[in-house]
Formats: sequence, C-alpha cells, structure tokens
Amino acid sequence: MLEVNNINTFYGKAQALFDLSLRVEESEIFALIGSNGAGKTTLLNTISGLVTPASGNIEFLGKRINGLAPHIIVEMGISHVPEGGRIFNEMTVRENLEMGAYSSHAWKIRWGTLQQVYEIFPVLKEREKQLARTLSGGEHQMLAMGRGLMSRPKLCILDEPSYGLAPKYVEEVFRIINSLREQGITILLIEQNVRHTLETADRACVLENGHIVLDDICDNLLQSDHVRKAYLGL
Amino acid sequence: MNSVASIVLNRSFQLGLLAVILIALATLPLHYQGYNIVRLLNIFMFVVLTVSWVIFSGSTGYMSLASAAFFGVGIYTSALLGDKLPIAVVVGIGALVSSCVAFLVGALTLRLRGIYFAIFTFGLVELIKHLTLWWEINMEDRRGRLVVYVENDIIFWVMLSILVATLLTAYFIRRSKWGLALQSIGENEEAAAHMGINVTLVKVITFAVSALFVGASGAIIATRWTYIDPGIAFNPLYSFMPVLMAIFGGMGRLLGPVIGAIAFTYLKEELGTEFPELYMLIFGIILIVAILYMPNGLVGLIQRLWIRGFRRQDADT
Repeated sequence: MLEVNNINTFYGKAQALFDLSLRVEESEIFALIGSNGAGKTTLLNTISGLVTPASGNIEFLGKRINGLAPHIIVEMGISHVPEGGRIFNEMTVRENLEMGAYSSHAWKIRWGTLQQVYEIFPVLKEREKQLARTLSGGEHQMLAMGRGLMSRPKLCILDEPSYGLAPKYVEEVFRIINSLREQGITILLIEQNVRHTLETADRACVLENGHIVLDDICDNLLQSDHVRKAYLGL
Repeated sequence: MNSVASIVLNRSFQLGLLAVILIALATLPLHYQGYNIVRLLNIFMFVVLTVSWVIFSGSTGYMSLASAAFFGVGIYTSALLGDKLPIAVVVGIGALVSSCVAFLVGALTLRLRGIYFAIFTFGLVELIKHLTLWWEINMEDRRGRLVVYVENDIIFWVMLSILVATLLTAYFIRRSKWGLALQSIGENEEAAAHMGINVTLVKVITFAVSALFVGASGAIIATRWTYIDPGIAFNPLYSFMPVLMAIFGGMGRLLGPVIGAIAFTYLKEELGTEFPELYMLIFGIILIVAILYMPNGLVGLIQRLWIRGFRRQDADT
C-alpha cells in the first residue's frame, strides 16, 4: 500500500534520514520504534508531504506522492495525526472534527462520518459543543484521532498517540487502534511505548539515527536481543 | 430567560431590524443634506476598511498594514479614470486593481510570519507612495491630480452598497468551510496543513478578496476630495485606523469591528472639533484604557454586562 524507497531527508545541512526504505501492506498495523531524535517524526512528515526528501521516492497505492503538496496527499487517503494532536484549542470539538473532513470528497459525507466517529469515541459526542482546550489530555488525543478519521483515510498515520496519557487511556488508545484495523484502515504508528506497540502491531521497524536497523514481524522483534536490551530493558 | 432578551436574540427579529436600518440609511439622502450625510459617509468608509481588515487579519492572525496601499490604489484609479468612465465602473475597476495588487503581494509575502509580514505590508504602502511620487515628478512633471466631481447622494449610495457587500462577505465567510479554514490557520498553521488545507491558497485569496472592498471604497471616496496626491492617497493612517478600530470594537464577533469603527469615527470627529489640539492625546489614552480593560473590545464588554444583568434579574425573581 505504502512504499518508501531509499529516501534521504535533510534539515538544512543536517541529514535526518539515510537511504531509508520500508513497505506497509494493506490492513496491517505497522509500527516505527526508536528513541528520541531517531528520525521517526521526520519520516512521517516526509510521507505526508510536510518535508520534501532530497532523493528517493514514496508511492501510495501505486502512485508517486513525494513532491506533492500535503493537501493533495490528504485527499488521496493518507491522514496524519501529528504528535501532541495539534488540536485547534479555540474551536469547539465539533468544529475540530469538521476540519478533519476538509478535503473535498470527505466534506460532502461529513455528517455520516461524524456519527461513526461519535460511535468510536462517545466522549466526543458528550463534549461536542465545548472548546477543545477544555478537554483532558486523554480526550484531547481522542479528538485528534477522531479528527484524523474524518477525512475517511485509507492509511492513518499516528504519531505517538499514547504520549503523556494515563495508563487507562493508553489501553483505550491501543484498543481503538485495533478496532480501526478491523474496519480496514491501515495504520502506521510511532510509539515510545515499545512493549505495547510490539504486542499490538503486525510488523515493525526499528529506527536509529536515521537508519533502519531492524525490520521484521513483531513476534520476532520481541525475541530479538537488540530490541529486548535497548527498548524493553530486559 | 427574560422576554425582552428572547425577542432581541430571535433570528427573524434581528433580520427585520437589519432590513429597517438598511432602508432607513438608503433613504437618508432624500431627507437630509450636507454635513450629516458626509459624516455618515466617513463612518461607512471606516466600517468597510475595518471589516475588510478583520476578514483577513482577524481570523488568520497575520497583521496586515497594507490597507492604505489598497485604499490608495482605489483612489488613484478614480483620479485616472473618473472622467472617462461611469462612476460605478470606476469603482469596480478600483476594486479589481487593488485585489490584483493584494494577490501579487500575498503570493510573494504570505510565507512571512508575524512581525515580518506586518513590516513588509507597511513598507508596501511607502513603496507605492514613493513610486507614484517619482513617476509624477519625473515622467509627468506634476504633483497630484484632480478627481472628477460626483454628487454626494451618489457617493452615499455607492458607499452604502460597498458596505453591504463587505458585511455580507464577512458574514458568509465566517459561517462557511472557508471561515473554518481561516480560523484554523490562525490557530495553528501547521496543523491546518495536516488537515489538508492548501494554506497558501486560502491566505492569498482571502487577502485579495478583502482588498476588493478597500479599493472600492478608496475609488468612491476620492471623488469627494477633488484633489489628491501620493501623500494624501497613500496615507498610513488608513493602515493603522482599521487595526485600532477592530481592537477597540473586539474581533470575536462580526458586530465588534462594526461597532468599533462607528464609535471610533464618531469620537474622532467629536474630539477633533471640540479639542483640536488635544484630540490625539485623548485618543491615545482611550486606546490604552481599551486595551488594558476591555480585552475583548467594546462588544466583549457589552456582552459581559448583559450576562451579568441577567444573572441579577434571575436572582431577583
């Protein structure tokens, strides 16, 4: 579904991603793990068009997407839920969700989508008219994910959805990620919660200093000495 | 809720009231002549400038000081074409030329954020002013030019139409998908791009649309001034006034900039005639007080008092 081939990304002169390749298959949960500064967010921003790679190419459903503007990539079916949610605090929950359906094909069917999102996140329906800044941290993340779904994505990119949340909400976030996959949405996930992630995802790759060092199915990664030592502290 | 309040908040009542005000204003030149009309004209003009400024800057948070540039372009259009074409056409051309200038400038500069954008737009006013001045002195060997005479009634009706068009545009933008996009750009531009908004396009087009009305009002008001030169046409006061009026009125609702512009223009005239030496000083003090004690402007203050009034009534009963 998504194919990243040999991309190199720079910030000015500093190279953040080195000759990086990966493949995400349809209807799977693919995770990226790695420590701070490994290049995870840069990779996601490169995929969603916010950062342009210096070389290499990215294909989505067989079409080349690197070099396209972010709004066109959203329109093609990739939704990016950024780190920390980036919610519009001074807008209501409902308006935030409507913003998610901004791309033209999703806008026409937004009321139907809204009902579906409310079914997945009942708390958002209760808070519908509140300003987004009055939400708790967990509700905030729910809103960010709900907004991501409003564009009816085929591929949903989640950047650290459990970051800073109470354990109760972390469970909830992973439960929802699973239910999205059951609805046929492919998930590309970044997480620092490595154990939880490897237990939920199908496949994962480990990113270190802009290089992919491991790329395998999660069961194998859970057994790998490197992962156990560096990320699980065993 | 209190019965008076429920009538005032009723939608059809509000629309009816608007229609009555509009008809009253439109028929005014038939009853009154002279100074009252001129005064209203001034108020209309500042409402147009302020609401146009709010359409773009109020929601996106990009502080534009280019109003005077668009206004001046409108004025010069009128000076150059006023005696050749019917006035309605001249106003239309003034609007379009201003809008094109805004489009070009926007496309070039709307990547600049915050203070850089404000400084650039302010520089634009000076740039166009001095270019025009240079052209007149070196190419035409003159300074300034005469503007065609148009009757006060006609000026009044044209300005009123521009005002209505400005308000309708502002109203519909606010309630539309486009308005949501503008608001989200103002809050977090990067997140807005994540949502699939073509942020550059939205900004540039809105900037160009807001300049339409500024250019049109410049083109019509110039006919009242008889003589213009670059210093009169590109006066930076017309960049600062809309900003101050919008802050004074409050930008949370559409009514804010309207009331701000009306109150400020009225004050300006009153103080200017009563205390001609002191009026800028009094003005400054009023503005400081407004910023310190009315963070949401005049309309915010009225809203607060209104709500407090109801609480008291509810407590009494």
